[in-house]
Amino acid sequence: MIRCWGPLSLLVLWCLIALLGPLFPLTPNQIDLPNILTGIGSQAWLGYDDLGRPMFDRLVIGARTSFIVAISVVTVSFIMGSLLGTCSAYIGGVVDLVLVRMIDIFLAFPGILLAIALAGMMGPGIENVVIALALVGWVGYARLARAQVLSVKEQEHVVAAIAIGTKPLGIISRHLLPLIMAPLIVEASFGIAGTVIAEAGLSFLGLGVQPPAASWGSMIRDGTRYMLVAPHMVVVPGLALMAVVLAINIFGDWLRDWLDVKAGTRHTSRS
Amino acid sequence: MTNGKPLLQVHHLKKYFPIRSGLFSRVSSWVKAVDDVSLEIQEGTTFGLVGESGCGKTTVGRTILRLMEPTEGTALFEGENLFQLDARQLRQTRRRMQIIFQDPYSSLNPRMTVGSLIGEPLRVHGLAKGVALDTHVRRLLDRVGLRPEHQSRYPHEFSGGQRQRIGIARALALNPKFIVCDEAVSALDVSIQAQILNLLGDLQQEFHLSYLFISHDLNVVQYLADHIAVMYLGKLMEVAPATALFENPKHPYTQALLSANPIPDPSAQRERMLLSGDVPSPLNPPAGCRFHTRCPEVMDICKTQDPPLIHISPPQNRHQVWCHLYS
Repeated sequence: MIRCWGPLSLLVLWCLIALLGPLFPLTPNQIDLPNILTGIGSQAWLGYDDLGRPMFDRLVIGARTSFIVAISVVTVSFIMGSLLGTCSAYIGGVVDLVLVRMIDIFLAFPGILLAIALAGMMGPGIENVVIALALVGWVGYARLARAQVLSVKEQEHVVAAIAIGTKPLGIISRHLLPLIMAPLIVEASFGIAGTVIAEAGLSFLGLGVQPPAASWGSMIRDGTRYMLVAPHMVVVPGLALMAVVLAINIFGDWLRDWLDVKAGTRHTSRS
Repeated sequence: MTNGKPLLQVHHLKKYFPIRSGLFSRVSSWVKAVDDVSLEIQEGTTFGLVGESGCGKTTVGRTILRLMEPTEGTALFEGENLFQLDARQLRQTRRRMQIIFQDPYSSLNPRMTVGSLIGEPLRVHGLAKGVALDTHVRRLLDRVGLRPEHQSRYPHEFSGGQRQRIGIARALALNPKFIVCDEAVSALDVSIQAQILNLLGDLQQEFHLSYLFISHDLNVVQYLADHIAVMYLGKLMEVAPATALFENPKHPYTQALLSANPIPDPSAQRERMLLSGDVPSPLNPPAGCRFHTRCPEVMDICKTQDPPLIHISPPQNRHQVWCHLYS
């Protein structure tokens, strides 16, 4: 638990900023011409960007963007993926074959490229980013859930539940899903990190939120043109992005160990 | 012993597993796990099914309960053919027939409390809920020798014998008439085996249960069974009342099994009949009598022709053997 305090507090901070940011008097779009490209200093915590907008305010709004996108994408793909994977593994036969082939096709594309194509087709905008990333993201959960169910459903307690007369829905919800949750939750924690990066990537390419709204990706893009004169425009959102993603990944590692240890001591199972 | 009316009649049960191979997963051959098995279980009695590992006895039990789909055959349970029920009828019929599994570790969902495990059958059939469910679960726990406060615990907190009691309580919850005990005591050590066997015996008396008792352990079967069937490589070798089988085994395979059975008396002297070789692969079973490759009394006819069913007299004994020796 101890080695997780740092990343955990950073994550809590990220969530709080994202959720509570709008409550504060932020002026992310207010242009202050005399301060164009001013660096970190006494006037504003993190300086101003190329249009004279305060970087700190924009960073807070950007945190909100990445948080909302990450949570909604992971929620949608987690539910979609684990349900599809579980049902298909449980039903088996042709249904399973179709899903496996679909997963193979999705995995054959580089995920971010497919998301770029989808976002490009649907047009830029934050809703479309969420849709595009969820359409790409469910595959991982589906594959993991399917593999887990294939091994769990051969266990005798599932056969026992069938013998008792439990309906398929009851088998899935009581005897399969609870037993495959641990790896899926770990996968989801890494999925959040991946989505934060992907959203930044799409926004960097101009497919995400549209100006004047802010996202860490679009802030970095704006900054690249002034990298030599005003490096803070790239460094500030870049560091924020890196810190959040690193924190999520460390937290995910810790979560995996923690759930594993539990599984080892609490649920000793023999085959 | 044989005065009751038949509760379950299985006729010509076959279960073949396809072996798929090649590019398009074509069925290249079949494993005949159960090949033409017929048996009859009287109400309130125990039918023992013995055989070596891999002879298909578990498959018999599971196909009867439709946990596996049979390839061929009929199973009349109280006059209704189990193999023709649709999913809804099957769910209803499953209230009257249950199973106790071999492995008390893997047969209980590790994420459910004992109370919800035992209450599950009642809940899924909508038979009880709330306080009624709770009292029923407590009564079942008490009946199988566990304490009521155990119901909020998880299976991993219990020993093998206690877990098997949980499994029994679960099977009893729906008040079934017929229970398949699939190697129900094989995973337990001997002292616990005796406790569980006694419990099963008491419950049979109390609830007028019928058991299909599947085991590889002859001592266990002898203790409980009224009728015994001996299986080898998917086929029945001999079916007889327990006493007749132990006192007067007819089939050479039964004789060999009985002679391999340890007697708990160090001074007992007897001639052992040892079988040579291994069980042939069920993928490619021997022609004729399946036992002929290891039979000490093998004749030429055994290698080509399936042995006929012979009724050992007197007929009311219902002692049957499939062997050319007696034809």
